[in-house]
Amino acid sequence: MLRIRRDLVDAMVAHARRDHPDEACGILAGPEGSDRPERAIAMLNAARSPTYYEFDPAEWNAVYREMTGNDEEPLVIYHSHTATEPYPSRTDIARAGEYATMLPSPHYVLIGTRDPDVHELRSYRITDGEVTEEPVEIVAAVPE
Amino acid sequence: MAVTVSIPTILRTHTGGQKSVEASGSTLAEIIDSLESSHGGLKARLVREGSLHRFVNVYVNDEDVRFAGGLDAPVSDGDNVTILPAVAGG
Repeated sequence: MLRIRRDLVDAMVAHARRDHPDEACGILAGPEGSDRPERAIAMLNAARSPTYYEFDPAEWNAVYREMTGNDEEPLVIYHSHTATEPYPSRTDIARAGEYATMLPSPHYVLIGTRDPDVHELRSYRITDGEVTEEPVEIVAAVPE
Repeated sequence: MAVTVSIPTILRTHTGGQKSVEASGSTLAEIIDSLESSHGGLKARLVREGSLHRFVNVYVNDEDVRFAGGLDAPVSDGDNVTILPAVAGG
């Protein structure tokens, strides 16, 4: 299950709307070893594409260093699907497998923006090529 | 020549849990061979068919080596090498 603060959901959705029809991507960072996302980091989509996203390598390096300096890690990696359902694509699954050989597997949050009025938000775990949707509980604050 | 290589969390299984390790060489390829000789298993995560893995980012002093010659990127004494997974999807 992903338990997440309302303001972090709002930040991800606002970012996805802002970048629509291109895909938006970013990170929710939190204390290392916790499951408590505390801040949202909107990343550039270096691909600037409606069907693909890729963190800008230089920005990702800088953000990662800042996180490790704060004893934080990426707990959530989010991106938007702007014309299709918010379910991990084959590319999402392949890239998640490669990521997991280097860093702990995050929650993968997908935000669907195909409807201009109503967004969709889903969270998944991706392990060994298997996608498992998980419940999302949106709260005012997450207890320590 | 000695450089410091920052190792991402999961790859630390190959370095006995160390966050950073020393390696030697004058190019990234030599650094990776040096890492492999002291921490077997790392090379296969970084190099595929003679090139840097498409979805691995390697930086020498914050410069993405993809724009500095890839495996041929020069490395100097005291440099810092960072390894991160690319983050991408569709």
